[in-house]
Amino acid sequence: MIVPQREIWTGRVLLFVLAAITVLPFVSLLSAALQPSDSTPLGIEWPSDPQWGNFVDAFKVAQMPALLASSLIIVLGVVPIAVMISTMAGFAIGHLRIPGGRYLFLLFLLGLTLPFEGIITPLYYLVRDLGILNTKWAIILPLIGLYMPFAVFWMRAHFINMPIELSEAARVDGASTWDLFWRIHVPLARPAVSALAILMSVWTWNQFLLALVLVEDPLQRTMAGALGAYQGHYATNIPLLSAGSLLILTPTLIVFLLFQRQFISALLQGSLKG
Amino acid sequence: MADRLLRVDHRITAALALRTSRLRGVRRAHIIGWVFVAPALLFYAAFVLVPLILTVQYSLFRWDGIGPAEWVGLRNYGTVLTDPDLLGVIVNAFKLIVFFSFIPVGLGLIVAAVMRRIATGRFGTASRTILFLPQVIPLVAAGIAWKWVLSSSGVVNQFLSAIGLDDVTRAWLGDFDTALPAVGIIGAWVLIGLCTVLLLTGMSKIDIALYESARLDGAGAWQEFRSITLPSLRQEIGVCITVTVIAALASFDIVYIATGGGPGGSTAVPGLEIYQLAFAARQVGLASALAVVLFILVLVCVLPIQRLARGDER
Repeated sequence: MIVPQREIWTGRVLLFVLAAITVLPFVSLLSAALQPSDSTPLGIEWPSDPQWGNFVDAFKVAQMPALLASSLIIVLGVVPIAVMISTMAGFAIGHLRIPGGRYLFLLFLLGLTLPFEGIITPLYYLVRDLGILNTKWAIILPLIGLYMPFAVFWMRAHFINMPIELSEAARVDGASTWDLFWRIHVPLARPAVSALAILMSVWTWNQFLLALVLVEDPLQRTMAGALGAYQGHYATNIPLLSAGSLLILTPTLIVFLLFQRQFISALLQGSLKG
Repeated sequence: MADRLLRVDHRITAALALRTSRLRGVRRAHIIGWVFVAPALLFYAAFVLVPLILTVQYSLFRWDGIGPAEWVGLRNYGTVLTDPDLLGVIVNAFKLIVFFSFIPVGLGLIVAAVMRRIATGRFGTASRTILFLPQVIPLVAAGIAWKWVLSSSGVVNQFLSAIGLDDVTRAWLGDFDTALPAVGIIGAWVLIGLCTVLLLTGMSKIDIALYESARLDGAGAWQEFRSITLPSLRQEIGVCITVTVIAALASFDIVYIATGGGPGGSTAVPGLEIYQLAFAARQVGLASALAVVLFILVLVCVLPIQRLARGDER
């Protein structure tokens, strides 16, 4: 494609400005994080005497290792179970075509646009009555349920396109439904399953509302919930708040930069189908 | 009717199943199928459907969350739809749509078009990655970072002072006139990348030959965009609008962190109001009525968009 020089340059300037605005808040955080911790920083300043020690302090006061562990446990509690049961449900609705599956699917779709705020109040009383308030279970169990509409929708979309002959051939060979599912269809569903797992991991890691309402102790929360609590404690100490925020962000950023292609394609497919 | 048909259907299935082993196998497969669905359905029912029904139930009572609940019928809904503060909260959510939805989709279209034309290769990949960054971090972090950027000693005011606009500087999130737009800008910042990359993917699927023939007919860049790009992106634009409108109506994290609904309720949104009514003001019934209204608003906004976007394709 031949594009006029003038257009190339205006285009580049536009992209550059937009990219600059995108990274601006991060740069601003970094600049503030490097100022002396008892000072009131101003905008973005070149740190004449960068206080890298702020990061060490923030690492200690935010109890980073404990936060990381808590978030990881929550992700590990949610994602494998949610992936497994939604794959099974998607297989039954999309491939086995069980009677009543259409209505069941519509029932799941009902939850697809439901904002979490819409049911947070009864969830609180439910979780309290189950005796799991202020534990990681208070986040893990409801999240699995809340992910089901999207996850079942996603896996059904995959299984509905699998040729039925595949299963018939296996049946002739005497495979049970479980064999059919586990040995033939799950291995073939790997791209759909891994995209779903990536999506749900990010959503869980970044989940704020459930952590805020259902778990008081930041050390039992997700990363986003912990960050919210950290902001509550250090709102007035801008350098320490900035350093802590950047630290809490770092794991996400590293994982994103490492797996950016998978991330972007999973998030894109996720919103296209949703 | 359908129910009775279903029952008859079942009886026939049952009768036939006794005769042929093949059909018996199918029936068993159906039972196994329901076993496959059961765990997902169980979690969904316990943590979504039951709470949803409970929300509707709570909304018909006056309840402080501890003592006995008092039946008030639809009065909570009356309050939601007449109380100026609560109506204001709903209006705020709609104002946020302008920032969360119109700006990212509009700007996303322009940026995606530009990227497709000029940013190929490494430059394109790099700008794509950067633009996508806000989509991956928690919204809480976006709120914290922007709260600092927009604060009275933040970088926005620093820039304005540097170019001689001292009069304009202010605490953007603390000013009655600018707080809501400022919150909106944060949302736009988060969502532009997602919209851009989504639209870019859509554009890459458009047949190049269409553009070539348009160019032979002497079409300029704008005509090309209007008569080829835009119509072909119908579905992607529909998805962008759906996702961003839901993000606006159901916003919580950003507002909670950046303003907490202030100053004076000028940035209060339904999600935040539900949280405060239910857990601070202890008006569980009213909070639930607002929750039901929010859910209905989301459906009312999203369903027509879906229909329009899918329109003639399916």
